[in-house]
Amino acid sequence: MTALRKLSFDAVVIGGGGAGMRASLQMAQSGFKTACLTKVFPTRSHTVSAQGGITCAIASADPDDDWRWHMYDTVKGSDYIGDQDAIEYMCSVGPEAVFELEHMGLPFSRFENGRIYQRPFGGQSKDYGAGGQAARTCAAADRTGHALLHTLYQANLKNNTTFLNEWFAVDLVRNQDGVVVGVIAIEIETGEVVFVESKATVLATGGAGRIYASTTNAHINTGDGIGMALRAGYAVQDIEMWQFHPTGIYGAGTLVTEGCRGEGGYLINKDGERFMERYAPNAKDLAGRDVVARSMMTEILEGRGCGEQGDHVFLKLDHLGKEILHSRLPGITELSKTFAHVDPVNAPIPVVPTCHYMMGGIPTNVNGQAITQVNGKDQIIPGLYACGEAACVSVHGANRLGGNSLLDLVVFGRAAGIFIEEQLQQGIEYNQASEEDVDRAMGRLNQLDSNDNGEDTAQLKKELQSCMQNYFGVFRDGEYMKKGREELDAMRDRVANIAISDKSKAFNTARMEALELQNLFEVAEATAIAADERTESRGAHSRGDYPERDDKNWLCHSLYHPETKKLTKRDVNFKPKTVESFEPKVRTY
Amino acid sequence: MLVSVYRYNPETDREPYMQDVEVSLPEGKDLMVLDVLNLIKERDQSLSYRRSCREGVCGSDGVNMNGKNGLACITPVSEVATSGKLVVRPLPGLPVIRDLVVDMGVFYKQYQRIKPYLQNSTPAGGRERLQSPEDRAKLDGLYECILCACCSTSCPSFWWNPEKFVGPSGLLQAYRFLADTRDEATEERLADLDDPFSVFRCRGIMNCVSVCPKGLNPTKAIGHIRDMLLSRAT
Repeated sequence: MTALRKLSFDAVVIGGGGAGMRASLQMAQSGFKTACLTKVFPTRSHTVSAQGGITCAIASADPDDDWRWHMYDTVKGSDYIGDQDAIEYMCSVGPEAVFELEHMGLPFSRFENGRIYQRPFGGQSKDYGAGGQAARTCAAADRTGHALLHTLYQANLKNNTTFLNEWFAVDLVRNQDGVVVGVIAIEIETGEVVFVESKATVLATGGAGRIYASTTNAHINTGDGIGMALRAGYAVQDIEMWQFHPTGIYGAGTLVTEGCRGEGGYLINKDGERFMERYAPNAKDLAGRDVVARSMMTEILEGRGCGEQGDHVFLKLDHLGKEILHSRLPGITELSKTFAHVDPVNAPIPVVPTCHYMMGGIPTNVNGQAITQVNGKDQIIPGLYACGEAACVSVHGANRLGGNSLLDLVVFGRAAGIFIEEQLQQGIEYNQASEEDVDRAMGRLNQLDSNDNGEDTAQLKKELQSCMQNYFGVFRDGEYMKKGREELDAMRDRVANIAISDKSKAFNTARMEALELQNLFEVAEATAIAADERTESRGAHSRGDYPERDDKNWLCHSLYHPETKKLTKRDVNFKPKTVESFEPKVRTY
Repeated sequence: MLVSVYRYNPETDREPYMQDVEVSLPEGKDLMVLDVLNLIKERDQSLSYRRSCREGVCGSDGVNMNGKNGLACITPVSEVATSGKLVVRPLPGLPVIRDLVVDMGVFYKQYQRIKPYLQNSTPAGGRERLQSPEDRAKLDGLYECILCACCSTSCPSFWWNPEKFVGPSGLLQAYRFLADTRDEATEERLADLDDPFSVFRCRGIMNCVSVCPKGLNPTKAIGHIRDMLLSRAT
């Protein structure tokens, strides 16, 4: 082997989005040598696209708001497979984490009394569902993700985090004892491959929405952390649970925030009917996202869709008036004009459910420690942590509530940072990686670089995305999923056999896209198998052949094991520390 | 459609060149420039450019299209192509790493220089700092900057003095913190900018305003900083 340059840190965070930068900030603040390694300049991360806000019981819109109500909503939203200890932690610690962001300078919108503006979002209630709609989502107009991401980047600059910007993490390096001791990464500008060694490795690589043809996700959302974990043999949890956001712009896939409906917008079919009144008589357009997405698809499938093809519905906003649209939803007005050629002041926006969020991911505890199971028992993976969308802690279960992703990434990025800080203070000792250990992690890259004749990345990506879109979308069915699995089986060898014609070093995006596609494939295959094997309907996972929730058999997490390609079950936590647990009920809105 | 793209690979090309590529566009659809680049890349994977969100909020794909800077992902081809030809070059004034990818180092350095973070040493207590909607509104038109560098790389003053003139983007952000009622470092911020180059090299050319993909107005922000510097001096 050729000796690689080695960089050593106390902690390396892979990913410069909200979760990654909240984690790196925590550790940098206490003076540990912290690197944030990110394949794009941090403010290009997908957190920037979050619009509507961060849901948290800061008791601004309603002075009597209570984090326990938020917890109840989140448990119900998860269709009862969110871990209640983690949800309790997120909802109770949330206010502190949000106020910290404000102190860092996040330009939240404000109420007249000067406090942070909060708007209603889907699935929110007061008094454990008995007190009507709550307004719990803290917002910076409709650019909350942008404001949050830039604020975190700024705070990291202030605290001297080392940024390895435009570095691409390829695979995990493990020592002889199975401890994760860092990653192999490519410095994109030069093409140099470097061993980034660290006492703690945090995967904060975000989602993988690009496994679908139609997605709100950025081009960069390719599940790199999940790919790395699966290749290392670690299990992923609830990976069949994919959220389809009700309002992606028809044709373009770009997101239109749920905040539009929070501010009073609503969906209509071709007859101009506000159809959500039929599906969710109480919450209407602010029911859970899975419920709204399915209702829209039902309208479309039953012939009440809009447009020539009848393949979308409309989001009506014009009745809100120009002033509200311009002050509270300026970004949406812009996006709608650009991608739908519609000014929402005058006309409704054509929308369709679009892949948006990966509820599943690398299982972790509330400290961000990655977990795998051996013989049915939880085991901590030494040296490895995960947070944000890449992780499954799990607070979203089978369906995430709007505004909970930003809270998740801030709270658990912070929690992972705090825990690693403590570990570092106590001292972390481990055996150095040997040459063989590093070589093993180099296998995939070496294979790609030495392959002269093979498959084309762009072609394969199209096949993969259309397979997932066709067989693993909003509505699923065993028969179709079998077909999808067969197509994926046939693709596996081809994905391993990608060849790039451009082998140059400097800013070679072809190499990166090939490596990204391999990550996408790992996520897609795990999704397909888990979706096929979870024989029930729960949250976002909706099957024609198993239309009911099956609490007897499936009130549990799924764990997908890459080496055996088998699914096992893992218990959901029903033991919050300070409140009574919320028992499963029929979920209606 | 004929697309002319700037190509340069430091490992194989002695100098940059323009490559003409014929791209067949789907009928009845006005593609964005980024879509066109993606179509070219499907055929020639060696073409390098940055892209991420593809909806105009991440700021990755600032390029120069038919002479004007903008974001490839939200610029329809029909808006920029002239005589049926689309010309795509890297942002001007910065070193080219490869093809459409420029080295943004000096741009980011100017951003860091203005200390782009809130400075307030007064303990905030257990809740948020209060700010009236009117005071918060002063940040509109400032905080939305996406750091795409379209403005600074269209600015002749920045071309001449990229090390000394902060540039429109950095100054917009400097004013974002000067205008924030929660920030306590106004005096230090102004002192840091008080020299002949940092702010005063702006000649009011307003290229920044005409190219900003977010519709922001750096010239106006720079005007406010000038006013603050001048009233501080008197």
